[in-house]
Amino acid sequence: MSRIATTFNELRARGETALIPFVTAGDPCLAMTGELIHVLVEAGADLIEIGVPFSDPMADGPTIQAASERALAAGTTLPKILAMVRTAREHTNVPIILMGYYNPIFRYGGECFVKDAVAAGVDALLLVDLPPEEAAELQPHMRAAGLELITLLAPTTPPERRLKLASRAEGFIYYVSMTGVTGAQAVDAAAIATEVQEIKASCATPVAVGFGITTPAEAAAVGAFADAVVVGSALVKIIAAGGDTAAVTKQVADFIRGLKSALLV
Amino acid sequence: MYNFPDERGHFGEFGGRYVAETLMPALIELEAAYREALDDPQFHRDFSYYLKEYVGRPSPLYFAERLTTKLGGAKIYLKREDLNHTGAHKINNTVGQALLARRMGKKKVIAETGAGQHGVATATVAALFDLECEVFMGTEDIRRQSLNVFRMKLLGAKVNPVTSGTNTLKDAMNEALRHWVTHVRDTFYVIGTVAGPHPYPQLVRDFQAVIGEETKQQIRAAEGRLPDVALACIGGGSNAMGMFYPFIKDQAVRLIGVEAAGLGVDTGKHAASIGAGAVGVLHGNKTFLLQDADGQINHAHSISAGLDYPGVGPEHAWLHECGRAEYVSITDQEALDAFQLLTRLEGIIPALESAHAIAHLMKLAPTLDRDAIIVVCLSGRGDKDIHTVADAMNFEL
Repeated sequence: MSRIATTFNELRARGETALIPFVTAGDPCLAMTGELIHVLVEAGADLIEIGVPFSDPMADGPTIQAASERALAAGTTLPKILAMVRTAREHTNVPIILMGYYNPIFRYGGECFVKDAVAAGVDALLLVDLPPEEAAELQPHMRAAGLELITLLAPTTPPERRLKLASRAEGFIYYVSMTGVTGAQAVDAAAIATEVQEIKASCATPVAVGFGITTPAEAAAVGAFADAVVVGSALVKIIAAGGDTAAVTKQVADFIRGLKSALLV
Repeated sequence: MYNFPDERGHFGEFGGRYVAETLMPALIELEAAYREALDDPQFHRDFSYYLKEYVGRPSPLYFAERLTTKLGGAKIYLKREDLNHTGAHKINNTVGQALLARRMGKKKVIAETGAGQHGVATATVAALFDLECEVFMGTEDIRRQSLNVFRMKLLGAKVNPVTSGTNTLKDAMNEALRHWVTHVRDTFYVIGTVAGPHPYPQLVRDFQAVIGEETKQQIRAAEGRLPDVALACIGGGSNAMGMFYPFIKDQAVRLIGVEAAGLGVDTGKHAASIGAGAVGVLHGNKTFLLQDADGQINHAHSISAGLDYPGVGPEHAWLHECGRAEYVSITDQEALDAFQLLTRLEGIIPALESAHAIAHLMKLAPTLDRDAIIVVCLSGRGDKDIHTVADAMNFEL
């Protein structure tokens, strides 16, 4: 069984909602990202999303755009990210999802990338601009290698399409909580509860909700009906505020602990 | 039989629909609405009506006698898109998309713009059809094209300065996509070139194809035959696609697209995506892009804001790949020289974009026989570029 499935099964058995923090790889440097993975796991993260920086992050708001720029300025590349994951993997079993845009992977060579990503210990890919209609060029390689492609669903996805995509989903479904870019506005949990419950009822795949979740209260509100909550921009802001490594890791750990304990209530 | 794109929006391996899930339903809706419009004679009547009565079509196909004599080779005809209302070919497409937006009941339109021509053309039809309009424009382009910025404001559009990345067209498109993803339910995105996710490359081409269709009729009337060469400049490639498309199955007509070589293709400061780029995925489609070995998009450079884009429409990528069209490039300096030559010889001040096509014409025409015929798409007029040209010529305005 995949690390992602095992993790969700364990959480389900304990009646817990998963916490999935997002950090941009290489912001401010890859050594820090490697260290943050362990800090996040220690503090209660159940799965981790690692953002692959791209020069033109069309689906991201200013916070993650700036993080991508910092990461690229620091010389972050896909091969270096895989090397960082490989090192982190020696000490943790946490599912790691690479999130980003398709072009860096296409340029790397899809088949080759899949092989290298699996060898490094990556569990899944979440590619914002690779919808199911275009995934045929990458997904067969991923299936063969056991790398999962996360399905995104949006509030604009019509019911029929939602059912179709959900029935084929692997790993977990990422439900985008609003029409907008990352970190743009606060999530309206009440507005999306019904839709998320409908998706959950239609398939066995766990449903994570992301975009706009910043506070423990918002995490708890969404966690009441979702299988997982994703927190990205709020965490990236703490890292962006800087300070010495010890101070940043402490703030990150406190923030994650706060979110996780809100999810456990 | 040329039958592209396929039903999934692909031109061979190029094109497609590489966008966030939030936008997928909007694109599927647009595709359906466009297909319905194509089957509706009233839509065609409306489109033709506005092109004739509002844009001023057909635009002349002008025999450039002095230029022909000066270059001493092929006969040269200029397709005068510069004479359209708002001064460029861009209005053909925005009229079509505004009519589509109206059919779909959308009251808000957005657009990205580089040189400002597409922004002005969108703001113009927004005024005409009473649509709310926001235009995204890089701050570097706002500086280069202040005249067009003011025109858009006069027309009632809101111009949003874009400060991310390189502050040019690519970044304006990123920001327009971000705005669209946020307001997709009530907003129509008027893309200005034959790029972006399916069905944009197809519908923009179809709306611009009037250029080539008219040219075909006009050259037959003037010369009794088709031209030997059709020539056009390429940023995203909408004027070129509009000129080329009706000639694709006429195999004897050479199709030549002219990219911007900026300071020179070997300097790294250029916008020649086909000539010096590699295949990748950006802004919803797979095509040739300027990018580094890690798949990060490189900065484009051209003296002409309308060509300053690190990609090219997917159908051009396909026409290059299958060998139906040829792609060459012209430097900033060559374009400036052509700009002055056309102005002095014919009394026509071309847009710097179009001057790239003229510059290649200057190389090509003398190599062809006197009975050969070249048609050049003069995509726009140069009023907007006067400051840039004055700067380049060290002339104090």
